[in-house]
Amino acid sequence: MMEILGIPAPVFLGQLLLGAINGAFYAVLSLGLALIFGLLNLINFAHGTFYMLGAFVSWLGLRYLGIDYWTSLVVAPLAVALFGIVIERTMLKRLYDLDHLYGLLLTFGLALVIEGVFRQLHGASGQPYAIPSALSGGVNLGFMYLPVYRAWVILASLVMCLVTWLIIERTKLGALLRAATENPDLVRAFGVNVSLMITVVFGFGAALAAFAGVLAAPIYSVNPIMGANLIIVVFAVVVIGGMGSIMGAILSGFLLGLVEGLTKVYWPEASSVVAFMVMAVVLMVKPAGLFGRNA
Amino acid sequence: MTRESLLVLRDLQTWYGESHILHGVSLDVAEGEVVTLLGRNGAGKTTTLKSIMGLARHRRGSVAFGGQETVHLSPNRIARMGIAFCPEERGIFSSLNVRENLTLPPVIRDGGMSLDEVYDLFPILLERGGSVGTKLSGGEQQMLAIARILRTGAKFLLLDEPTEGLAPVIVEQIGRIINVLKERGYTILLVEQNFRFASTVADRHYVVEHGRIVDEVSGNAVSSNREKLEAYLGV
Amino acid sequence: MSTNEMSKTLGPDGGGGALVVGWKANRWWIAGLIVLAVAPFLVYPIFLAKILCFALFAIAFNLLLGYVGLLSFGHAAFFGMAAYISGHVMKEWGVTPEVAILIATASMAVLGVVFGMIAIRRQGIYFAMVTLALSQMVYFLALQSEFTHGEDGIQGIPRGAFLGLVSLESSLSIYYFVAGVFVLGFLFVYRVIHSPFGQVLKSVRENEARATSLGYDTDRYKLLAFTLSATLAGLAGATKVLVFQLASLTDVTWQMSGEVVLMTLLGGVGTILGPVVGAGIVVSMHNLLAEIGSVTTIVQGLIFILCVLVFRRGVVGEVSAWLRRRRSTKKHPRAG
Ligand SMILES: Nc1ncnc2c1ncn2[C@@H]1O[C@H](COP(=O)(O)OP(=O)(O)OP(=O)(O)O)[C@@H](O)[C@H]1O
Ligand SMILES: [Mg+2]
Repeated sequence: MMEILGIPAPVFLGQLLLGAINGAFYAVLSLGLALIFGLLNLINFAHGTFYMLGAFVSWLGLRYLGIDYWTSLVVAPLAVALFGIVIERTMLKRLYDLDHLYGLLLTFGLALVIEGVFRQLHGASGQPYAIPSALSGGVNLGFMYLPVYRAWVILASLVMCLVTWLIIERTKLGALLRAATENPDLVRAFGVNVSLMITVVFGFGAALAAFAGVLAAPIYSVNPIMGANLIIVVFAVVVIGGMGSIMGAILSGFLLGLVEGLTKVYWPEASSVVAFMVMAVVLMVKPAGLFGRNA
Repeated sequence: MTRESLLVLRDLQTWYGESHILHGVSLDVAEGEVVTLLGRNGAGKTTTLKSIMGLARHRRGSVAFGGQETVHLSPNRIARMGIAFCPEERGIFSSLNVRENLTLPPVIRDGGMSLDEVYDLFPILLERGGSVGTKLSGGEQQMLAIARILRTGAKFLLLDEPTEGLAPVIVEQIGRIINVLKERGYTILLVEQNFRFASTVADRHYVVEHGRIVDEVSGNAVSSNREKLEAYLGV
Repeated sequence: MSTNEMSKTLGPDGGGGALVVGWKANRWWIAGLIVLAVAPFLVYPIFLAKILCFALFAIAFNLLLGYVGLLSFGHAAFFGMAAYISGHVMKEWGVTPEVAILIATASMAVLGVVFGMIAIRRQGIYFAMVTLALSQMVYFLALQSEFTHGEDGIQGIPRGAFLGLVSLESSLSIYYFVAGVFVLGFLFVYRVIHSPFGQVLKSVRENEARATSLGYDTDRYKLLAFTLSATLAGLAGATKVLVFQLASLTDVTWQMSGEVVLMTLLGGVGTILGPVVGAGIVVSMHNLLAEIGSVTTIVQGLIFILCVLVFRRGVVGEVSAWLRRRRSTKKHPRAG
């Protein structure tokens, strides 16, 4: 059997694939987190909750309304975006003039409430979500077996990240967004409704998280705490990448997933903490983060 | 005042948090006029512009533009009435290149300059279009900051110390540009500390001290009032 | 700019107002000690001991948030890890409780230095994320290492005898032991806050750039404050183990880190008594709602939201603001 660095190739590549999938989720989540942070100066603790809500809306939709996976992929993010917009308009909006820590505390409370409610209603155990038939099965690549759905998750996340990146870096709207991130007051003085922009960006970030949640539903079981543990790793990703850069958020997401995958191969016990160890090292060596502009 | 006033400030008071900065500023700017605010550091000139723009939010009194009260409006609403702002620190965005910086402010009404006209006036901006906005020299950044608000259709410009820290040649160039803008019918409220420069471009001058207007000097009376002005400005 | 706002909103120095120096102040100290001494005859002592442990934890946390303006979202790491260490040395090495507490607390001082050096490299919200991530690392270590016994935790930890002489097995004796530790911790923090060192911390909170320009090495002050806070959080965790005779994963989770934030926020950030009051309320709430599934979590979340939106000064902050207002209207009765 072929080996890679002393490990049977299928095992090695299998772990790498798992790592890439986790990395895809990290990337989509940290992208949304970075967008929101840039414009709102808010660490959205409820980002993991939005991810969980995406998965749950998708599961509930299938179970009670017969909404299929493909429709969910659009509907769930929209629903969660709407929810996020309501949160921003009713609560977060009141905090922009205060210390930024309050936003973190508010979204932390929000995450507790929403996750508590779902635990109360659905218990802590997971609900299965079937892989859509078009994406079931797998292909034998000769050196490994590749489940189609997993390939789809990576592809869909990559496309989503790239499209978002293109919008931000290459369009007029993106230029306004970058400018408002730097100096919101001046952009207001140009006649732009920055408050509306903030609301939309928060909704979009929530939608991205929910999109990742829908993608995750068939892989992990759908449960109320699926977002809570993930988001802390994503925080580490964001610190590693540096909040300043959109591409940094995407790259460090995928990178960290792969590092985790490799760690599972060589040092399985450390795989759950490797993200935090990398974060600590990056902070010691380059406090602004790998792609960060300012400390 | 013979011409109708475009901007009328009456007893404008402004606070930053607890500190009371403007203690009742009243002034008028007529359509087509170039008016300067002169005053020492910290007198409240920038704060006056920011209060007109709505960027200093905690304000009281009256700011009427084109006969309409704006003191309760948010900056974006005020901007859409046709006022454009060029900040003291120039506000060039480092995450945007020169072209993006130039085309960033949305066009709010007809009658603004076309991009070609802007490039005619500021050829350097065409040349440096692809570079990062903040990589330009100070003078070029100032040109960019003025140029980008000329496209929007706003005919009332608030310029905050456009000559600050710039070489004499560039100051001269900015003076020419202001005169061109005046010919084209723009109305300008200009903040300056350099009254020699101000006297070459402005019709009237207000002197600001401790958040109040303490004097008004017409443009042609500058030389006869030279000593008084020097005392105000502490030069 | 944000630091300025924080000093205004996060740090009313209100609660300390009741504890000024002078003979009048002594009355309050003596009253407090009497309350501590009498309380176990009125309320279940173990419940009180639990409140005091969490109160000490919250005081430690507040030293950092209220007086330096740093929000740590990972203080459970120190609380929980100290609990494991103290439980382990009590049970496996058979040392006396005060030695166990010393060992655990000293270990947290070391861990505090290490985490502090990493975390103070970033400010503001980053600091919160970094501490959270670091504490999650400790959680996974606790989950996987042998001495913590993973999901089971360390059970049946003996309370032992204080100095090998006084048995702490009875509820009343453990209560008084905990009360003693609490008083020492409280006094220590009180002294720190009112020392020159505490003054520097406050100026760092209010305007770090200015403190730096005055020649203070602000990073060193922040590191020292972080370490003190971690050490005291460890002291609280190590003491708690003696009360419950159990060290478990609960104490190292991010939820526990969130809980101490809640206690402090609810009681009043930057006040001396706020964390104590907050701990009392949150622990009581736990006891009341313990049976009803996830309701505790939901209620906690709601309190967070409420505190942030409308009640930012917390209980003690609001009460002392109210007292100040009343005093000033008494002094200056309305003219006309
Ligand atoms: N954001 C702010 N918060 C608090 N005080 C401010 C703020 N901005 C300005 N000030 C104070 O308001 C006063 C007026 O400032 P302003 O910037 O309007 O002065 P200026 O006349 O423009 O001075 P300069 O010539 O230096 O630009 C000053 O005392 C300044 O310290
Ligand atoms: Mg100024």
